Amino acid sequence: MNSNNIRQFILALAASAALYACSGNESEATLPILGHRDVVEQEVNGKMVADTVYQQIPDFSFTDQDSQQVTAKTFEGKIYVTDFFFTTCPTICPKMKSQMLRVYEQYKDNPQVVLLSHTIDPKHDTVAVLKEYAERLNVSSDKWHFVTGEKDSIYSIAQKYMVTAMEDEQEAGGFVHSGAFILVDQNRHIRGVYDGTQPDQVDKLLKDIPVLLNEQHQKK
Amino acid sequence: MVAGAAVLTTLTQCFTNKQNEGERLYAQHCANCHMDDGSGLRNLIPPLAKADYLVSHRDDLACIIQHGQQGEIVVNGVTYNHVMPGAEHLNKGQITNILNYIQTNFGNSNERFTIQEVEKQLDKCRHLLE
Repeated sequence: MNSNNIRQFILALAASAALYACSGNESEATLPILGHRDVVEQEVNGKMVADTVYQQIPDFSFTDQDSQQVTAKTFEGKIYVTDFFFTTCPTICPKMKSQMLRVYEQYKDNPQVVLLSHTIDPKHDTVAVLKEYAERLNVSSDKWHFVTGEKDSIYSIAQKYMVTAMEDEQEAGGFVHSGAFILVDQNRHIRGVYDGTQPDQVDKLLKDIPVLLNEQHQKK
Repeated sequence: MVAGAAVLTTLTQCFTNKQNEGERLYAQHCANCHMDDGSGLRNLIPPLAKADYLVSHRDDLACIIQHGQQGEIVVNGVTYNHVMPGAEHLNKGQITNILNYIQTNFGNSNERFTIQEVEKQLDKCRHLLE
């Protein structure tokens, strides 16, 4: 080993030590499972064993901008980022969409990551309206589903994602809703909640997605 | 002496806040859709940054801020069709400050507005307030 090689070796060693120091905290290397959880006792081989059951997004069925049915099956084996909005929203929605476009652009060539935006104004936001909206954003339907459906189903699934969404005549545009982006894993567990109107929160989401992809990859 | 300094400080603050009024009002009323940098949102919401519309439709701008607009418009060669809500409670001074913020930021260097010019424009759409 000549001195140049030694120097490179030491540099590499220092770099890996620095990397290790950064990722050393194991809790940072995986994402938590959010939402409520139940402890269920089960009998396994004659012994009672406690098992934790995490909140899971229930089955759903909505219609996207191509009139295609979008169900939990659509996201099988994938992770997805979801939000709630409406096309005529004069407040936070355009900012949310501009931030979601960052996620779209970064993962548009990775079929493991899908985006799902629910309208909370299904009366106005028909398939045709969502179609034009998506086209004007210039995004592809198999990567980013804009869905509509029964109003009650949309509002009730919003609660499962821990998102506030309801009608309110006092609010600009007639609806009140949070600007959250929710990261969901392939077991339909919520793994992250981010404020989709804040670029630094979306930076965090963009860092968390590879962590989750890596976890799914290792499980296979 | 101390009182004089205090008055000066207050005056300066007043002046400074006024100077930033356009920027503050922009953040409050416009940035949600047109974005902090005036870039708009793809083909859905038109940009303000380097938008030819600001020059070609200069005489309509005050009324658009006050009353919003709908229907197709063409900005920098792209056709947009999205409802813009108005901000009816803004007064002529506030609209002037917003316009001047837009006309001199985001890479724009368009002619500034006077409050008289804005007032004259608003006269044309005053009937919409009733």
